This record gives sequence, structure tokens and C-alpha cells, in this order.
Amino acid sequence: MIFLDNLINGLSLGSIYAIIALGYTMVYGIAKMLNFAHGDVIMVGAYIAFCGLQYWGIPPVFAFLLAMVVCTLLGITIEGLAYRPLRQATSLAVLITAIGMSYLLQNIALMIWGANPKSFPTTFINGASLHLGKINISSATLITILVSIVIMVLLTLFTSKTKLGKAMRCVSEDRGAAELMGINVNRTISLTFAIGSALAAIAGILLCSSYPILQPTTGSMPGIKAFTAAVFGGIGSIPGAMLGGVLLGIIEIFGKAYISTELGDAIVFAVLIIVLLFKPAGLLGKPMREKV
Amino acid sequence: MTKAKRKRLIYNLITFGLVIAAFLILQNMIATKSISRSLKGQLVPICSWIVMAVSLNLVIGFSGELSLGHAGFMSIGAYTGAIVSGWLLAAFDMQDTTLRLVLAIVAGGILAGIFGVLIGIPVLRLRGDYLAIVTLAFGEIIRNLVNVLYVGTADGKLQFSFLNKNLPENVTMLVDGAKGAVKIKPISTFTVGFVLIIITLIVVLNLVNSRAGRAIQATRDNRIAAESMGVSVTRYKMMAFVTAAVLAGMAGALYGLNSSTVVPTQFTFNQSINVLVFVVLGGLGNVLGSIISATFLTVLPEVLREFADYRMLVYAVVLILVMIFTNNPTTRAIANRLFAPIKNLFHGKHKESVGGGDAK
Repeated sequence: MIFLDNLINGLSLGSIYAIIALGYTMVYGIAKMLNFAHGDVIMVGAYIAFCGLQYWGIPPVFAFLLAMVVCTLLGITIEGLAYRPLRQATSLAVLITAIGMSYLLQNIALMIWGANPKSFPTTFINGASLHLGKINISSATLITILVSIVIMVLLTLFTSKTKLGKAMRCVSEDRGAAELMGINVNRTISLTFAIGSALAAIAGILLCSSYPILQPTTGSMPGIKAFTAAVFGGIGSIPGAMLGGVLLGIIEIFGKAYISTELGDAIVFAVLIIVLLFKPAGLLGKPMREKV
Repeated sequence: MTKAKRKRLIYNLITFGLVIAAFLILQNMIATKSISRSLKGQLVPICSWIVMAVSLNLVIGFSGELSLGHAGFMSIGAYTGAIVSGWLLAAFDMQDTTLRLVLAIVAGGILAGIFGVLIGIPVLRLRGDYLAIVTLAFGEIIRNLVNVLYVGTADGKLQFSFLNKNLPENVTMLVDGAKGAVKIKPISTFTVGFVLIIITLIVVLNLVNSRAGRAIQATRDNRIAAESMGVSVTRYKMMAFVTAAVLAGMAGALYGLNSSTVVPTQFTFNQSINVLVFVVLGGLGNVLGSIISATFLTVLPEVLREFADYRMLVYAVVLILVMIFTNNPTTRAIANRLFAPIKNLFHGKHKESVGGGDAK
């Protein structure tokens, strides 16, 4: 039964990675940039939800909505202020700006909330847990998995059925052609950042419900791993991010359970390197074609 | 002598001249005790960071590959340096600190170079952002591995253990898992650091201006064109990558032997990013720029110490603003007009080596 327990834990952690990875992969697909500040948006979302629950005493649902709204606005602001002026710049310049943004968010959080870790209140979901025979699934795990399935379905529908979603896919395929077809590229990129950041808020809340320690650097490591997950699945591909995230979570939990606790992260990254050796564009990524 | 050659010679002379002048001035200040204590303590770290920045510039600026795991090589160097130095002291009772330091630095460079080859073979087949993420993964793996490494000496013999502390009773610990390398005798000196910088400059500037260096830059500018001219892309990228790894390992050994402990958390992804920031702010492919920005950005947080709470905040804001102002077409045009008179003065001096600009 330990095997199944680990599998479920892995699925739960993997779903969180998948939600974060979606934000990375959508932004990469559309703006061709690695948004290193994404992990810190997660942290901001978690802090807002924390404040809502702990200090202001508002009902959990509203606290989560508030966190999503704040993160959405934050994402749009970051894009407009820092990334939009660099639309024509080299990818390295944008990367460094994103890193600067990541430091900025961490330090603002440090000033507002201090360096001491806060324990995220998890009482709101500590209700019933599901018993299936000998397996015990906590409600946090269950909610995480359910929420991520809903998000993936909605996002798939959004990108395939709606006009805005199609516009997003167009911009990511060929920005110039999309512009000629009358798509407002800047607005589409803003929208992508908005969706990605709202997802980051959800991921932050889910992450802290399962691992309830909150500090300004909370978002960094999950951010890096989710980024790895996005590359693992093929960066720029939405199904790839989901698959990559879930696989990465499962690999991490199994690595920690069966090989070594301390080497969990090393195993994750080693698997990534091996996969990229055989599939250089990730699991579901399209191989790059070169024109001479 | 062609015009291009003369320009390069002047650029190299300025680079060496500035470094040597800075060293002489600082030595004079140390001799006359007119140097502040905090700056004196920073001298060796500054040397290490300069070597790190120049070596990373070789990878990013000249061979055009984005590496996010440079701190991993530094970590290998620092640990190797600590182990070798401790072992030489225990096994051979080597009291000559300079010799011990030099041997430790050489060992750190060699081991980092071996890892550079091992990592380079798979990594350099990938391109662009994929290469970046794999180097990042490599840095994290190294950090994880040294976290569970235990090394000690007993009767002049090195004892290794991995994952758990499986060492005999009588060993003196050199590396103690998550506690890092412990009880290091700090033996790094500013003079050795300076010599290391000069060696780095000689290696990098000569490599860049050689036939191999031109091949490296050709693969950066246009991989396909270079390949069709018969340049072996993998070979030259590997050359740049391994050279940078060796130099980073040496810098790591120098850095590690400057303090009494080295912990794995000193060489995280953030540290790799710091070095990347030195390189980008100094200018891709601009060696002198790397030296200046590494020095400046290492000293800056110390100067800002009185604003302790705000210094990283200020650093972040400055970083973002500098990137926007130097890369946005509108602000760049304004800046160009403002600095036109000054630019004319130095016209063309840096053009040659700055080159490219895009990491891809």
C-alpha cells in the first residue's frame, strides 16, 4: 500500500508542479521568454491568501479569490512595466530583467512579511479524508488533484474553443502573422500573463496547503522545478507542461521514498538530463526545424 | 600590423594595465594600512568573482551558450581545494601555505575540468534554453551530491563516504555532509588571487584571439555557416566550456580556502545567477567589462551595508532599470545622443570584441 500512497502523493505534488509549469510554458510559448519571476508570484499569492485567512478573517473562498485577483494584477503590471519595453531586446536581457523582478518580489515580501517562516493555516480543508480500503487520501491531496484536473480541462477548452485562446495560440506560433491578421499582440501577451499569474496564485495556495511553511523564498524551488517540468514536457506545449509536471512530482516522491531522501532533487534533475538527451525538445515538444 | 590587430592589442594592454595598477595600488594601501578592514576582507572574494565572471563570459559571450550552473564548478573547486589542502597538511605536514594553496587550486581546476568534460558531452548537443536548463540542473545536482559527501583523513589517508557517515572513529573530518567543508585553514592570499586573475586573462584573451577563438565566435554568430566551413562546432564549444569550468574550479578553490567553512548552500542557483549578472552588466564578450562589474557589484552590497534592509531591493531595482535603459530602443536612442561626444572619443575601441550580443 505504501506504493499507492506514494503514487497519490506524487500525483498531488505533480499536479501543483503542472499548474505552475502551465504558467511558465504559456508565457514562454507566447513571449519567448523565461519568466523567472513566476515562482515568486506563487509566493505572493500564498501570502495574500495567508493574510486573508489569518489576519483579516475573511472566508477561505474570498481569500483565494482575492489572492488570484492580486496575482493577476501583479502579473499584468510586471509584464507592462518590465517586459514590454524589452519586446525587441535579446533573450538574455529579458532573462536578467526577469531575475531582477524575482529578487524585487522576494525583497518586497521580506519587507512586508519578514524573514520568519509563517505557518499557513490549513484548518479550512482539514475536514474529512477519503478512505479507500487501506489507502488514506487527505482532503488537501484530493482537492489538489481535483482542482488541477479542472484547470487543465478549462485551459484546454479555452485555448481550443474561444477566440481569445485561439489568438494566444496564433501569437505563439507566429507573432508577425498574427499581428497582420488583426490580433492585438500586446493585449494577448497581457492576457497570457494574467492567466499564468492567476494559476500561480492557485498553485501557491495548494502548495502551502500541503507544505504549510511560508517564507519569501517559498516560491523559488517549486518555481525552478516547475520550470524543469515545463522543459521536460516540451516548453511551449500546454499538454507537455501538464504531463511534465505530473511525471516530475511522481519521480520526486518515488526517488525520495525508494532511493534517498537527500538526493530527491538530484534524481529529478538527473532524469531531466537523461530525457533531454534522447528527446532534445522534451517529451511532447515539436523538434526544431532549421532553415538555412 | 593591421588596424584590427592594433585595436585588440590596445584593448588587451588596457585590461592588463588596469588590473596590475589596481593590484599595485591596493598592495600599497595594505602596506600603509590605509585600507578599510571590510574592503581588505573582500579582496580575495573579489579575485574569485572576477575569475568566475571572465570564465563565464567565455561561455556566454564568446561561445554564445547560456550556462546557469557555473556555481556548480565553483563548488567542485572549493570542496576539492579544502580536501586537498587538509590532506596535504595531514599526510605530508606541508607547512608552506603558498605551495599548498597553489596545489589546491590546481587540483580544484583539474577536477572541475573533468566534470566539465563529463557534463559538456551531453549538454553541448542541446541548444538555447534547453542547454540553459540542463546546466541549471547540473548545478543543482552537484549541490545535492556534496550535501551527502563525507570525507576525512586518518593516518594520512583520505577516507570517503557517501550518503551516510560511514567513517572510522579516528578520522579528522574534512567534509561533513550538510555542514560542508569544516575546519579549513584559511590560506588564500590576495597575491595568489591576483596571479590567478592574470593567468585567467592570459588564457582567455589568448584563446579568444587565436584560431580556435575565432572558430568559437564563428559558431556563436552562425552555427550553420561555421559548420559548413568545416568548423567542428561541438569541439570548439567544448573547448570554451571546459576552459571556463577549469577556471571556475580554480576560482572556487581560492574562494573556499579564504574562509574556515564552505557550505553547499553557498553555491546555489542564485550564485550562478549572480555571476551571470556580472557578465551581462559588464557586456557580453567584454572581458574588461566583466572585471569591472564583478568588482563593483561585489563591493556595492558592502558599501550599502548601512541600508542593510533595502540593499537587495535597491540592487533588484537598479538591475531592472539598467536592463531596460540599455536595451529599450527609445531610451537607447536618447542615451546615444547624450553620450555621442564621449563615444566619439573612444570610437570603435570596443566594437571588435563586444560583437554579437545575442546569447543564442
